[in-house]
Amino acid sequence: MIREALVVSAILFSIGVLGVLTRRNALILFMCVELMLNAVNLSFIALSRLHGVTGQVFVLFVMTVAAAEAAVGLAIVISVFRHYRTLDLSRIRLLRG
Amino acid sequence: MSISPAASQLVWLVPVLPFAGFVANGLLSLVPAWRGPLTETVSSRRRALVSAIAVGVLLGSLALTLWLTQAVSGVDSVVTASLGEWIAAGGFHVDWMLRVDRLSVLMMLVITGVGSLIHVYSIGYMADDAGFARYFAYLNLFVGFMLMLVMGANLPVLFIGWEGVGLASYLLIGFWFGDRANAVAGKKAFVVNRIGDFGIMMAMFILFANLGTLDFAEIAREHNSLGAPPATLICLFLFLGCAGKSAQLPLYVWLPDAMAGPTPVSALIHAATMVTAGIYLIVRNAVLFSSAPAACLVIVLIGALTALWGATVGLKQWDIKKVLAYSTVSQLGYMFIAVGAGAYTAGMFHLVSHAFFKALLFLGAGAVIHSMHHALHEAAQTDDAQDLRNMGGLIRTMPATGVLMWIATLAIAGVPPLAGFFSKDAILSAVAERAISSPLAEASLGPIPGRIVLWFAYGAAVLTAFLTAVYMTRLMRYAFHGNYRAGPVAEDAMRDSPWILRGPLIVLGSLTLVGGWLQLPEVIPIGRTGLLDAWLAPVSASASALLAGSGHLAHSTEYLLIGVAVAVALAGILTAFLLLKPGSLVRKAEAPADTGIGLVLANDYYVDAAIERGVVGPMVAGARKVLWRGLDLGLINGVLVQGSGQLLRVLAGLASRLQGGSAGGYAWAIALGAVVLVGMFTLRGAQ
Repeated sequence: MIREALVVSAILFSIGVLGVLTRRNALILFMCVELMLNAVNLSFIALSRLHGVTGQVFVLFVMTVAAAEAAVGLAIVISVFRHYRTLDLSRIRLLRG
Repeated sequence: MSISPAASQLVWLVPVLPFAGFVANGLLSLVPAWRGPLTETVSSRRRALVSAIAVGVLLGSLALTLWLTQAVSGVDSVVTASLGEWIAAGGFHVDWMLRVDRLSVLMMLVITGVGSLIHVYSIGYMADDAGFARYFAYLNLFVGFMLMLVMGANLPVLFIGWEGVGLASYLLIGFWFGDRANAVAGKKAFVVNRIGDFGIMMAMFILFANLGTLDFAEIAREHNSLGAPPATLICLFLFLGCAGKSAQLPLYVWLPDAMAGPTPVSALIHAATMVTAGIYLIVRNAVLFSSAPAACLVIVLIGALTALWGATVGLKQWDIKKVLAYSTVSQLGYMFIAVGAGAYTAGMFHLVSHAFFKALLFLGAGAVIHSMHHALHEAAQTDDAQDLRNMGGLIRTMPATGVLMWIATLAIAGVPPLAGFFSKDAILSAVAERAISSPLAEASLGPIPGRIVLWFAYGAAVLTAFLTAVYMTRLMRYAFHGNYRAGPVAEDAMRDSPWILRGPLIVLGSLTLVGGWLQLPEVIPIGRTGLLDAWLAPVSASASALLAGSGHLAHSTEYLLIGVAVAVALAGILTAFLLLKPGSLVRKAEAPADTGIGLVLANDYYVDAAIERGVVGPMVAGARKVLWRGLDLGLINGVLVQGSGQLLRVLAGLASRLQGGSAGGYAWAIALGAVVLVGMFTLRGAQ
């Protein structure tokens, strides 16, 4: 069982990474980050079978942080959209050296 | 070597007293109420205090010197005193060591004796000057350093005095610094002397590297372990220093300009004492010099050339002080001929007698300038108070000064029985004696045999004696005889100088009259002969013998030499009387310009212009084009300062490319980094 769960987790994480790297829309990027977090959550749960409940406790933490992150991130995304009228990250590059 | 304990405990006071006077008068000159505007004269009460301090410390030093003279009068008596350690660096030790022997005490007597007279004279000469206290502070400072120079027991202490007198000389030449020319003259003296100081320092380095000591007594003891090349090199470097301080070719150029200072300063520093420091240095190291005959021949040659040079230029100078300045250059050349030829006693003898008569001449000239200045001022004329063409007939208003200056003139011309006759004759006969037969004549200077150099020096000295008689008689006739040329109004305003100016003149005149008895030659036994020879024997006799050999001149030859010297002097005076026409002179403002050879001589062979073109010009151009534009602006400012900034800008520009601002780029970077890190850890875990 653990094996399958870890494989699913790895696939989910890779999809997330790929999404972050290739997509330009900030909202989708955001969802991909959530996907990666949840892939990690899945592997925490799976491995808690072997190493005790610490992993499950960590999942609760991750979900809390993810919720907070979602709140802050979405607020940023909204204000970015209001300012630029777009969420295309390749056009938002004010902070360049 | 016996050491007198009481003397060695008090010997430090000799130089310290004038330094104390310097501090006291220096502080007084800084008190605001005493300074006043530059045009204001100092009140008589303040003047009295300043002069009491200045003259008092000098008289104190003079008294101590007289007492020390008695303390070192025993054969081989030397008073030494260490005032503490100065430098202790590994094997190199230098103490603040003073050493009084018969040679230094002779110098100290001249410095404090003539110095006291000139201090007294200055009270009158500088009475109207706003910088009265400052003047005496500098004068005391000079005497302090000069005493240190002659009392130092090792080269570094001597060098401190050497530099100190240079400083005092600089300060006093530029005493009236409000006039730019005076300040420039002071600077010139200082800079030219630096060249000489380089020589002294090189000599010290080589001496230390070879002997490990700079103490005079130890150098004299151990100089035999030096090879001939280092000894010659050391002597030549020392002589370079002497040439700077004692105004020899080619470093004499500062001395004529040094006449910008007050006249008593010219008398004390630039005639009687400081410029003779070079002679003293050579006699002090007589043993070292006598072991390097080639260097001695160089000294003889340079001395002879300088004597001739100064005498010829002196022929056509119009400024009364310039005549005396070139005369000093020429007489110093005489002294170097003597010490170069190993006739150390003769050199010191001429130093002492020259101090008497040249100080007398300068102080007399000062009295003349003082009176001329007042007369021209009263007549509201702007004529030059120092120009011979504006004078004439002064013997009528200043008879005492005129007579005393005639005595000094006859002395410097070499008329018996004045001091200058004996000292000059001592040099001439010593050079002739060595030219006829001596180890020095057998030595050679490169391809030139010593005999030729010595005969050349003898010829130059005789010719110089003739020229000296001519230019001095010219000075006296133009200044003191004939008609007064600066106009009747000024003539009516001419007054004799006050007694305080005449008093020191009378003392110096007496010394000029009897100074010859210091060292009477054996062939003229009108008193005890060879006193100075006996006095200096412990210091220089053995060194002298090394160069002179033991041969003595036959009496007939000596009489012949004396006859030649006297005949030449009288011929010079006669020539001046026959050839010069004071009646045809007109005052400076209306005088025609010099022409032909006279113009060349009046401009000192255009040496200053040549130095300006050949040395100063290229140096300034080099400093401007290479050092300033090239090195400073180009390399340091352009490449190093601006360049390092530019380099950082370029590097930062490259680095800032990393911050492209696109979130995607960052994400890729992070992802790749993560892959690399994870990969590395995985691979390491697999091992």
